[in-house]
Amino acid sequence: MTENYTALYDQHKTAGASFTDFGGWQMPLKYTSELAEHHAVRNTAGLFDLSHMGEVWVTGPDAGAFLDYALAGKLSAIAVGKAKYSLICDRDGGIIDDLISYRRGEEKYLVVPNAGNAKKVAAALAERAAKFDVAVEDVSAEISLIAVQGPNAEAILLQLVPAGQHSLVTELKYYAAVEVGIAVNGTVQDLLLARTGYTGEDGFEIYVPNDDAAGLWEALLDAGAVHGLIPAGLACRDSLRLEAGMPLYGNELSRQVNAYAAGLGPVVSLAKESDFVGKEALATIKAAGVGSTIGQKLVGLKGLGRRAARGHYPVLKDGMLIGEVTSGQPSPTLGYPVAMAYVDVEHSEVGTVLDVDLRGKAEPFEVVALPFYKRSK
Amino acid sequence: MSKVVSELKYSAEHEWVAADGAGPVGIGISAVAADALGDIVYVDLPEVGSTVTAGETCGEVESTKSVSDLYAPVTGEVTEINDGVVADPALINSDPYGAGWLFKVAVTDEGPLMSAEEYAATNGGEL
Repeated sequence: MTENYTALYDQHKTAGASFTDFGGWQMPLKYTSELAEHHAVRNTAGLFDLSHMGEVWVTGPDAGAFLDYALAGKLSAIAVGKAKYSLICDRDGGIIDDLISYRRGEEKYLVVPNAGNAKKVAAALAERAAKFDVAVEDVSAEISLIAVQGPNAEAILLQLVPAGQHSLVTELKYYAAVEVGIAVNGTVQDLLLARTGYTGEDGFEIYVPNDDAAGLWEALLDAGAVHGLIPAGLACRDSLRLEAGMPLYGNELSRQVNAYAAGLGPVVSLAKESDFVGKEALATIKAAGVGSTIGQKLVGLKGLGRRAARGHYPVLKDGMLIGEVTSGQPSPTLGYPVAMAYVDVEHSEVGTVLDVDLRGKAEPFEVVALPFYKRSK
Repeated sequence: MSKVVSELKYSAEHEWVAADGAGPVGIGISAVAADALGDIVYVDLPEVGSTVTAGETCGEVESTKSVSDLYAPVTGEVTEINDGVVADPALINSDPYGAGWLFKVAVTDEGPLMSAEEYAATNGGEL
């Protein structure tokens, strides 16, 4: 597999990042200490390069109807300027990817799949588009994505936005996006700014052409210096999203998993009138009670000891195998181990104490409600 | 690049051994290993009085990102453990060859150990 490099690779290298492969991309794992980066995002702000994420434009008279068919949610129902978290499913209900769609016009959506799934998603969308008057254009290779996350994110961003447009930023709601002028390389450019994130904090994601990515990155770092902004890698991104109870494709979500087991039932719109790929299978799965009365469901686990559970560790009840950990590590914010796991529904009630087989030794974990961490408003 | 201290000996599993003559030897993990693990948040050490065997696991080191077995680089009785590092495992990251030492062993048998030069050549550390 050829390695992909983002337009910010040189910035990361200069900053002393250690790199990791993620979805075929060489991405910064951490710059200094992943714990320091984690705490910065919770307490001040962190700057993330998310350019490995995909960007697919869906345009045309049928754009809304097409996405209603291609995705599990009702995308035609969202207002222009808003965003929606959704799933793209297989015919059998398996999850091909989880993604965010931004409605940028009556006939215009930006669909953002995960890095490792971007090509698969673009291909599936193109294939599903056959009967619709719609154009599907994968622009992932041309667009960089930079996120500023943390309580100081808004103050940092405002320094780069002309005063006359400040209200566009300050009044931007969570899961909404707007074109706003941002000063990059000495000129103000209109860039797509979304109030979204994957950290459990307030924050923004900015879509920028590759050529301006380095300029924006540097401008944000300069503007953020007095606000405690530091570059943050994928290591802390993972610990932040885990604390926030957000699933990661490849860990919690896969083709072998359905929305109901993953706790994403509300994302699936069985009520929408039109057919969508996976609807029949998902209706059957829901009617059977998967994730509620039969099968397994995704739960949060809180470690009662100090040792952390990790992905793929077995979950036990009275010595019997009843599930498997999907993600786990010590929570930097909370100070105890946290994990997500699929467990048999009969052992999924909050308060149930289960064991995780930590490399041969059973350690107690308690089922807790997700998310583990929720920011105070 | 991660530092390798030239006065120490090293095991293939990244433990260092301070073989400074008579008496129990100090043992820790190399900066190469500490940097690769990331921020260490938990360490499980052998008990004082227990016997460790060269090449066998005797504890574990857990970081935010991963967990790694601790292998005894020598055989012998554990005479002392570093309570400071148990209380503050971050010392292993900040000072792996000093305040981040792990335990001491009265050696009866050395496992296969490398010189600092050999270890650095194999593991990419900087002397």
